[in-house]
Amino acid sequence: MKRRDLLKNLIVFLPVSRSFFSCAAQASGTAPIQGYDPDNHLYGMGIEVSKCIGCGKCIEACKTENNVPQEPFFCRTWVERYIVRNDKSVAVETVRTTQKETRAAPNEKDILRSFFVPKLCNQCEHPPCVQVCPVGATFQTRDGVVLVDSDRCIGCRYCIQACPFGARYLHPEKRTADKCTFCYHRVVKGLLPACVEVCPTQARIFGDLKSKASQLVRFQRMNNVHVLKPHLNTEPKVYYSDLDGVVT
Amino acid sequence: MCGANKKSFWRNIPDQIIRLAVVTVLLVGGAGAIYILLPASLTSTKLHRELTVTAETEKPIRFAGSTLCGDCHQIEYEKKIVGYHKSLSCETCHGAAAAHVDDPMAATPFVPREREVCPVCHEYDPSRPTGFPQINPTIHNPLQSCANCHNPHDPVPPTTPQECSACHAGIMRTKSVSSHALIACTTCHKVPEQHKIFPRIVRATKPESRDFCGTCHSQGSSERSAPKIDLSRHEERYVCWQCHYPHLPAERL
Repeated sequence: MKRRDLLKNLIVFLPVSRSFFSCAAQASGTAPIQGYDPDNHLYGMGIEVSKCIGCGKCIEACKTENNVPQEPFFCRTWVERYIVRNDKSVAVETVRTTQKETRAAPNEKDILRSFFVPKLCNQCEHPPCVQVCPVGATFQTRDGVVLVDSDRCIGCRYCIQACPFGARYLHPEKRTADKCTFCYHRVVKGLLPACVEVCPTQARIFGDLKSKASQLVRFQRMNNVHVLKPHLNTEPKVYYSDLDGVVT
Repeated sequence: MCGANKKSFWRNIPDQIIRLAVVTVLLVGGAGAIYILLPASLTSTKLHRELTVTAETEKPIRFAGSTLCGDCHQIEYEKKIVGYHKSLSCETCHGAAAAHVDDPMAATPFVPREREVCPVCHEYDPSRPTGFPQINPTIHNPLQSCANCHNPHDPVPPTTPQECSACHAGIMRTKSVSSHALIACTTCHKVPEQHKIFPRIVRATKPESRDFCGTCHSQGSSERSAPKIDLSRHEERYVCWQCHYPHLPAERL
């Protein structure tokens, strides 16, 4: 091949291949689900604390659905047992799901009150974890869910530090940050998140904040709802009813 | 001629220009290579987010959702949706079943029969909300499978047995062919109401003395059809049921 031909071909090849690649990427990038417009949705979750029985089915289901490691300290969602003792001291422990471990029932005589609080990523309206990501791997979707691109995440753990709710963990195999996505792959197809699906007492309510008829908006209408750590102004989208004052 | 001219043309370019050209070519080539090799999603935030969202939506679904199960398992489904377990999804107990929905033969959901399964929710725990049905598994009919008394698809509290035969069927069958067939169990046994709920904790009584059998079988008794003996002389060192089985008295032990 002559030098002139090579140069000529290069001039043609470069822009063409470029536009070809970006076209292919664009084609797969737009409209993930037919007929689904993320701008019409804004997802949130309601949690009725007084209904939670601490069975841990939500944790197990989440681990199955999302390939979360089975070890107890890797969780996208977890359940905390709060014990307020007679001397007003508060003890918090995470409910263990594996049946081999004895479910530590606390000494009843010493309890003033006790209850379970399910927790998960609050999908904040102003997420601190997104602000601190140095590579832009985590971001908020248009339907209000905070996602992590595990291909881009460099595993610096900055977001794990930044989350005031402790909702993120470092995936031990992928070595990237991982968190609750409200089961994004399910909700865009009209299914409920796995934890909501299996909750035996319907302590978890999933819904669309933009739809007045949704379960979640009804839940907000009928209950006194709180969010966790409202003073941080992150505007969480996980709403708790009957939330005790000692819960942080 | 032409070739010589060309040679001299290249030779005549000043050294600085050639070096400048080499640097320019390297820079342009490098920029072009980066332009091609870097994926577009790395430079376009919008594209990157769309691709991540797409990747997220393509993740596999493991839990099929409770509405699908009723298509095939109608009997269980219709029983469940009117009972106390109506708020439970099938997959709460049976585990993730999307693979079973895709190909019913390929994957079978988990069927919990062990006694350890139900107490995950129903074991007494002081942190559980008041009113949620809870038991203490160590004293609640130990070694029994929960499904023996409670139908998990319609878990009403088990009805207290109306007839003794519900549990003591063997004795009932034996008694029904004996001469004691027409005598009610409660004639000889005092059965507290609680015995039907906690059969091992609250027990029924048994006759304790010879005189009890004597109320029918002694010579002074008003019961005319019963065979009579002289209580004071008939094997006075034994109690009756050491030799006669009261549920089948014709047989001598």
